[in-house]
Amino acid sequence: MALNIAVCVKPVPDSKHYDKISIDPVTKTWNRTGIPMIIGDLDKHALEAALTLRDKFQGKVTVFTMAPESTRDNLVEALAMGADEAFLLSDKAFAGADTLATSHTLAAAITKTGPYDLIITGNESDDGSTGQVSAQLGEWLGMPHIMNITHLGYQEGVIELSVVTENGSVNYEVVLPAVLGVTRKVNKPRLTNVMGMLKARSKPLTILKAEDLPVDVRQIGLTGSPTQPGDIYSPKMGRKTEEITGSPEEIADRIILELRKAGISV
Amino acid sequence: MNTNEYKDILVFAEVQNLKPAENSLELLGEANRLRNELGDNTRVLAAVLGSNISPVVESLFRFGADVVISFVDDKLAEYRSDLYGEALTRIIEKYKPAIVLIGATFTGSELAPTVAAKLKTGLAAHCTELKINDEGNMVQVVPAFGGKVLGDILTPNHRPQMATVKAGITQKIESRDFTGTIEDFQCDLTGFGDRIKITGRQTELAKGKPLHESECIIGGGFGIGNKENWTLLEELATLLNGATGCTRPALDEGWSQDEHAMIGTSGVAVRPKIYINAGISGAAHHTCGIKDAGVIISINKDANAPIFEVSDYKIVSDWKKIVEAVVTKLK
Repeated sequence: MALNIAVCVKPVPDSKHYDKISIDPVTKTWNRTGIPMIIGDLDKHALEAALTLRDKFQGKVTVFTMAPESTRDNLVEALAMGADEAFLLSDKAFAGADTLATSHTLAAAITKTGPYDLIITGNESDDGSTGQVSAQLGEWLGMPHIMNITHLGYQEGVIELSVVTENGSVNYEVVLPAVLGVTRKVNKPRLTNVMGMLKARSKPLTILKAEDLPVDVRQIGLTGSPTQPGDIYSPKMGRKTEEITGSPEEIADRIILELRKAGISV
Repeated sequence: MNTNEYKDILVFAEVQNLKPAENSLELLGEANRLRNELGDNTRVLAAVLGSNISPVVESLFRFGADVVISFVDDKLAEYRSDLYGEALTRIIEKYKPAIVLIGATFTGSELAPTVAAKLKTGLAAHCTELKINDEGNMVQVVPAFGGKVLGDILTPNHRPQMATVKAGITQKIESRDFTGTIEDFQCDLTGFGDRIKITGRQTELAKGKPLHESECIIGGGFGIGNKENWTLLEELATLLNGATGCTRPALDEGWSQDEHAMIGTSGVAVRPKIYINAGISGAAHHTCGIKDAGVIISINKDANAPIFEVSDYKIVSDWKKIVEAVVTKLK
């Protein structure tokens, strides 16, 4: 059976440049000027999982993102990695969405362009790291959903999974269609090459607006978001940073003294 | 929605190895603290799901539950996102808590968004602090960009207000004098079939001493360099009757074999009396997990490593020389 697979990705600020993130003390907004946007690390694992399945069982991989139009290049990169088609959900009406409104919007686009056998996401995004969209997408779509996936196989209409837990791992079989959230352990994402980049240019990339989707306008963007952001600030974690100097033996003596002072028996 | 109809605080009491998860007990403590801010008529409810849970039910009172809602069903013997999602949703619909707290365990991190979507309410993930504002709403402080930024999240117009919290962030309370009542709950779980089937389970208990039980933690990062060097940190931890903790890179390199030992946004938060670390640069991903540690001593060869800013003591040196010297003296 050929597999029709949807993958949701999120363009995020590159974590290598997080030191450039600053907070405007007056407007209480964060500034990420000059930080390049990339496809989240875990999203690449999600895309790789989809591409591996397609390469083995035939079918199609379609990538979705809800983001400003300026992130078009991130979707081109996903196409260059090997995805067949991409949809960019971009509309002012989507702005300010929390995970509930985001998953509603993504679910609407998936319903509109589907049906799909499988929907794969990263377990969480690199920036907010809430890890909520995958399960909520499953709920909006009325499909079974599983996260924390470390191994993913497919056989005759059934997905075989391993999931990490506090006490080890659990194996599942899931009947399609289903929504899956994957961890880093699931695979090693392929790199893009020049050939992929050239092919990407001729692959379909469509922008979808609110009016193109079967969304309930009360459930998208800021209006559809039960959570509201308040104040933002930098964590205050500074400590006294007293330098200990001397020979390794002298420093070791001082560490042992601090251990004793902290109440550790040595 | 009339938010005034919603009053109590409900904690999802997760069962792990036939015992309540440590993370859930911590949240019962936090629920008691929040109750003091909300007013004395607020009750702390604990919801337990499973097939063989009576020992867990009884144990929850001494950690601060006023009412334990017990849902016993063979279908709930093991966690499944569809069945647990349905069960907890029905409990919340019946009890109408103003606040629902869920541990950010692997199970809780999946269950919470599932239930929030069913109830169409707000959920804040991995909160580092919870408080009640003047309007009586819960302010949920969440990290973003790996802890580089903190932000307040509110769910002012929907109920319940839902939050997940990682292990180690809040503190449990315990007293033999606490008492409460058990209320049995039942709902129909037959409509889900076997779309999700559990086919196997591998138990792999945490190696070494759990971080939350350790008064002394030795942390290591990418700067440790190799597996052989890592054993030196383990030797020091053993000599101090402590545990080793690690950063994501040290785990990815396979030096620390233990997923449970990762400290920070994607791991756990710790509060040992003393935290000695080596070869850790100090990305916010890691440092937000050590903010409640007693004393922090950091060893790094780079004098400008950000870890020093969040440390009480700074040692600019080859970490190996220092750790070897401490190990030699302790022996």
